[in-house]
Amino acid sequence: MKRFWSWLWIALGAVYFFLPLYATLRFSLMMKKGELSLLAYEKVLTDPAFVKAFVFSAEMAVFTILVSLLLVVPTAYWVHLRLPQLKPVMEFITMLPFVIPAIVLVFGLIRAYSKPPLLLTPSPALLVMAYCVLAMPYMYRSVDVGLRAIDVRTLTEAAQSLGAGWPTILFKVIFPNLRSALLGGTFLTFAIVIGELTIAASLAWPALGPYMAVLGQNRAYEPAALAIMSFVLTWGSILLIELVGRGRGGLRSDQLAGTH
Amino acid sequence: MGFLELNHITKRFANFTAVENFNLEVEKGEFVSFLGPSGCGKTTTLRMIAGFETPTSGKIIINGEDVTYRAPNQRKIGMVFQSYALFPNMTVADNIGFGLKVARKPTAEIKERVKEMLLLIHMEEFADRYPYQISGGQQQRVALARAIAIRPTLLLLDEPLSALDAKIRVELRNEIRAIQQKLGITTIYVTHDQEEALSLSDRVVVMNKARMEQVGAPFEIYNFPQTPFVASFVGTLSILNAEVVNPAQGLLKVDGQEFYGPGGLEARPGDILRIALRPEIVSLKETAADMNRMNVQVQTITFLGSVVRVQVKLETSRMFFDLFNNPSLQLPREGENLTIYFPKSACLVLGK
Ligand SMILES: Nc1ncnc2c1ncn2[C@@H]1O[C@H](COP(=O)(O)OP(=O)(O)OP(=O)(O)O)[C@@H](O)[C@H]1O
Ligand SMILES: [Mg+2]
Repeated sequence: MKRFWSWLWIALGAVYFFLPLYATLRFSLMMKKGELSLLAYEKVLTDPAFVKAFVFSAEMAVFTILVSLLLVVPTAYWVHLRLPQLKPVMEFITMLPFVIPAIVLVFGLIRAYSKPPLLLTPSPALLVMAYCVLAMPYMYRSVDVGLRAIDVRTLTEAAQSLGAGWPTILFKVIFPNLRSALLGGTFLTFAIVIGELTIAASLAWPALGPYMAVLGQNRAYEPAALAIMSFVLTWGSILLIELVGRGRGGLRSDQLAGTH
Repeated sequence: MGFLELNHITKRFANFTAVENFNLEVEKGEFVSFLGPSGCGKTTTLRMIAGFETPTSGKIIINGEDVTYRAPNQRKIGMVFQSYALFPNMTVADNIGFGLKVARKPTAEIKERVKEMLLLIHMEEFADRYPYQISGGQQQRVALARAIAIRPTLLLLDEPLSALDAKIRVELRNEIRAIQQKLGITTIYVTHDQEEALSLSDRVVVMNKARMEQVGAPFEIYNFPQTPFVASFVGTLSILNAEVVNPAQGLLKVDGQEFYGPGGLEARPGDILRIALRPEIVSLKETAADMNRMNVQVQTITFLGSVVRVQVKLETSRMFFDLFNNPSLQLPREGENLTIYFPKSACLVLGK
């Protein structure tokens, strides 16, 4: 009897989750009257504005990932190695983007950087910087979890005593053991940047977020097709993280324990 | 002049002194243990030798060179950690070869050396396993091989066996000693396990509260402790509060029974001194001439395996001693009155 109820709730949850998805999918296939077709997808993918917006956002995502990796990984590593008492402070700081709405952030940025000598609003660098702030909680958390799973200090010291300098320690010992954590942070950052609307629109960049917003207001079938595509992209990324994480160099519970 | 010299090393963290005036010379090929309770500064001292900490004052000299401020990766010191610290992303062979690869040795030479090391630790067939695929004891052997592979000037081990279970611990410690002697590596071994320190070392440094208490061969440390701390920390002691009768002769009294401690006591008649006896020194027969004797009543008998511990009482004072177990041992009965014997030289004076 208990089993029945558990399954019922799972089924209800699944219906709640999958029904809209199914409806969207079905709707996205109905552009041609009277038959199911991929016409909406074709329209979206062949629209030059879409391609431009997607490429732009993807570029921004790549820069954001590079900058935030360079910023977050060494910082988190150093905090773990030498300043563990600062961990709570770091946690608080990296949580701030959750508390401060993106719209507040972007108004602050515009106010601060829209007139000389700090005229940055025409440069995509400002957009990347804003995205780094948005992505920071995800990036920091991923890296932090990865660092917690290995004994950073002892591994560093073991490598040092064997003659290794900092580049060797970082690239041969620390990074390989953070592989799945870094990939996780990277995918999450990509997902955030690729669909971001508020900041891109406020700074007037032709990114994918604003493109989708306009499309949603003016078209019927294409937005549904876009929604399905972004869903597949996101879930594909998550699946990829899982797969890569299971492989060599990923985090494994039996590897973390040390003694067994 | 020793191979490793620690000259008046002091280490302070903010206003807390972790190591104070540590002074030691270690000969080439010697095996020295740092023994002491938790927090006494053993690890800190070891980390200064390895270069992970810098002394607040004092000098560290290895083979005639002052290395006090040299970076840890320039010291060529092999280090073994309690948590093994194998690189999880590398196989056993890659772990062992890591130091050689860092030193840019030719691939063929690395391969040869790794093979030699695997043979030394009897793990040839595990070369391609990852650390998480081998047991704790095996991981620690690999860590040892990794440290030795670079032909270090010094080998440092920080409680390498603490995370292992009792049987492996004894096995591995014998293996460590055998390898150390075979290769003649100068070794510093940190432990809070006195049995480990006494059984492995050429010399033991007993530490307490940031200071060295005594340095000596295990035999000296155990039989001739120079401070009350060493006496009570190394081995087990039975303690009596005795009244001084004649300090010059060393005559003492407890519950009306007189006995002799070491002569020339620094005390006045009537003072109460804490006198300690090793439980194994007491016997039920007078095995030598001129022994102290005491009449006691048996209280409880505890079976501890290789020894039987007998708790006895004088009038109000209590003490205990050990009898070596064997199948024909005649155990005293509880409540029985006994005469026990111990040599006059066996009394350790712990102070007032
Ligand atoms: N980085 C540090 N900052 C402040 N205090 C420290 C630091 N490292 C060690 N200490 C203090 O120095 C003292 C000695 O520490 P150490 O690790 O050397 O002890 P230990 O003898 O190795 O003890 P254990 O047997 O528990 O490992 C301890 O009280 C410790 O709290
Ligand atoms: Mg320690």
